Amino acid sequence: MTMREYMLGNVAIARGLLEGGVQVIAGYPGTPSSEIIDTLACREDRDYHIEWSVNEKVAMEVAVGAAWAGVRSAVTMKHVGLNVAADPLMTLAYAGTKGGLIAIVADDPSCHSSQNEQDTRRYAQFALLPCFDPSTPQEAKDMLPYAFEFSEKFEVPVIFRPTTRISHGKSDIELGEIPAKKAVPHFEKLLDRWVMLPKNARHRHTHLLSIQQPIEDTLAESPWNSLELKPEAKLGVIGAGIAAMYAKEALVELGIEASFLKIGTYPVPRRLILELLKTVDAVLVFEELEPVVEEQVKLIAQEAGIEVSVLGKANGFVSREGELDVGAFLEALKKTFDLEIELEPSGTAIELAPRPPALCAGCSHRATFYSMRKVFGKDAIYPSDIGCYTLGIQSGTVDTTLCMGSSISIASGLYHAGEKRPICCSIGDSTFFHTGMNSLLNAIVNKANITVTILDNRITAMTGHQPNPGVGFTVTGEPTVQVSLAELCKAMGAGFVKVVDPYKLEETQEAFKAAKEFEGTSVVIARQPCVISGKRAGIRRVPYIVDPEKCEGCKQCVKFGCPATEFDEENKCAVITALCSGCGVCAQICKFEAIQEMKK
Amino acid sequence: MSQAEQKKFDLLITGVGGQGAILASDIIGKAAVTAGLSIRAAETHGMAQRGGSVVNHIRIGQAYGSMIPKKGADIMLALEPMEAVRYLDFLKDGGVIIVNTQPVVPVTVTSGQAKYPEVSDILNSLSEKYIVKAFNADELAFEAGSRLSMNVVMVGAVSGYLPIPKETLLESIKALVPQKTIEVNLRAFEAGRQKVEES
Repeated sequence: MTMREYMLGNVAIARGLLEGGVQVIAGYPGTPSSEIIDTLACREDRDYHIEWSVNEKVAMEVAVGAAWAGVRSAVTMKHVGLNVAADPLMTLAYAGTKGGLIAIVADDPSCHSSQNEQDTRRYAQFALLPCFDPSTPQEAKDMLPYAFEFSEKFEVPVIFRPTTRISHGKSDIELGEIPAKKAVPHFEKLLDRWVMLPKNARHRHTHLLSIQQPIEDTLAESPWNSLELKPEAKLGVIGAGIAAMYAKEALVELGIEASFLKIGTYPVPRRLILELLKTVDAVLVFEELEPVVEEQVKLIAQEAGIEVSVLGKANGFVSREGELDVGAFLEALKKTFDLEIELEPSGTAIELAPRPPALCAGCSHRATFYSMRKVFGKDAIYPSDIGCYTLGIQSGTVDTTLCMGSSISIASGLYHAGEKRPICCSIGDSTFFHTGMNSLLNAIVNKANITVTILDNRITAMTGHQPNPGVGFTVTGEPTVQVSLAELCKAMGAGFVKVVDPYKLEETQEAFKAAKEFEGTSVVIARQPCVISGKRAGIRRVPYIVDPEKCEGCKQCVKFGCPATEFDEENKCAVITALCSGCGVCAQICKFEAIQEMKK
Repeated sequence: MSQAEQKKFDLLITGVGGQGAILASDIIGKAAVTAGLSIRAAETHGMAQRGGSVVNHIRIGQAYGSMIPKKGADIMLALEPMEAVRYLDFLKDGGVIIVNTQPVVPVTVTSGQAKYPEVSDILNSLSEKYIVKAFNADELAFEAGSRLSMNVVMVGAVSGYLPIPKETLLESIKALVPQKTIEVNLRAFEAGRQKVEES
């Protein structure tokens, strides 16, 4: 009897890696990819190495080492992580692998939790690497053992690209076997493969180009591509990855007769595309993000001299921005057939209050930003970085967010450009370890007169509380060295390093004042555990209440922006709700001593 | 059971990050698998979790994607009144809305940038086009033993509409909630179920 389980897409992907016999897994957290490693780290019967690496480049290289030792390895990251790991990837394509290597890179159409909408399939094209594009969580799981075998057969790394709706979709999943036998690691000294001297690189480039056709032919025969020809149909639909499911659902619901090609691998299956193009007058291409398949279809049609209209993103039938769904396919069909279908609007006249994400009640970042703003003022420039604290935009202390680690380097650039206003940047602990360290070193050596604030909440919070080198334990909870941020900054030459408790406003503001006056690169480390992970670790503080007798209704505490503080308009008095985590910052802000610890 | 024989049922769960929408959808999803039904679901993770608006799609008997099309949901389970209105586009005309009347006030309102609409106005407006079952699920959860079980009250409230046996849902609750909260959650489920049966 087969086993079926209800699983998150990323849990299914983790299972697929196990069924494929993975032996080393490394990655850096990033939505929507993080739960793959979280899941594998929690298994009791682990017979594989698993780690959160300090960044994606490092993770990729760890996986490369393992694959060169002949074992199966995987690396996980979000789409923008591949920019960091692109350096090893591009040359790894030349060198190739021994053991199978899968780079799992999760794309985020619509930027649910990302700074851009880049398409990883472009990287696959760029690097000349095969890419797998699952259409369902089940297929994602099933593809992975195949992808390992494929990677070993051609001795190339492969890219596996789920999108948010695969990674964070859930489904009933039919499980397969987890193999008991695994490869014995042995690194063979193949210098012409592993040493990319120019002469070796030239040979390997030739080799990589020579296997492109066999790769395409093999993938075309794989179960991840399928063609259904309807003899009478004049319209063909090509759906890639998850978009194939949206298209299929719409076609079935509407009962439209169209020939259908589902694509799950790249390079695209030319043979199947040609077969479809020969039978139809028009083909509608439906794929998330960039028109990767669409461009290939046009090229293939042109080369074969086939007259067919290709409808897709280039001519506005499908949007090139945001994420697709069944509705987006219906829109494309309406344009294709010039149909007029308008759904009756569902809205009501009720005006809704926006509900943007906000820093938690008692989040120490809010307190740090408060003190920062008090000392540096509204004219100062505040470059920031990637993490929960990007929400500090609501505190007026986030003026830039570009990519991981960029806060410090952008602050340096602003300073060297001749900007005379004070510059104070903020970066989380995990982001600092990721790529902020290089930026700080650079700022110090090149004498940037800026203040760097490390928001040290002792965890990688936004992606789901993964450990980082500052916390003293590994992904599996094993104790390990705990790196001191203060000592690290001093070792890199910082002349001013001060560690503060951001819940203590006076102490924090004193530190910021001294940092502002310091000539050179100053570092303030605001240390206080994330309220969520702190609560899980058993930190309990006494909540606060407002004494209505003393409250003057000045709203200073409400303006602080903590979700636990509300204002009672009727009684002109502040109120602290049950969300209060007892950080006590609002009590320090109150000028009338109206906020006090709750008495038992 | 083949997919063609399965009755399709699309449920939308809306609420605020931290209210337990994911656990509610997991209880239903796990139960659907036990009942031999195919299921697809989509949830909100990451940045949007932090007190933001969340929406979960649950599709029972579905073989394709996890996202419910516009006007596709048979029922909306709203853990918060304003969040019922925000996702109305997904509910089919004349569909059922089960809504918890206890508001969660967003920071945009506490900081004075926006106004929270009157709950009675929300309910009246929803009742014009949809079948509305409204009650305070937070209070029912409190009576059952813990306000934290509000999400399970809501699962109980929708349970009579689901193509899943009640017993299977109860088994799923027992498997997914913390051991020491099982009794409270079973009471919460019954309270929600009863509330809708009575209405």
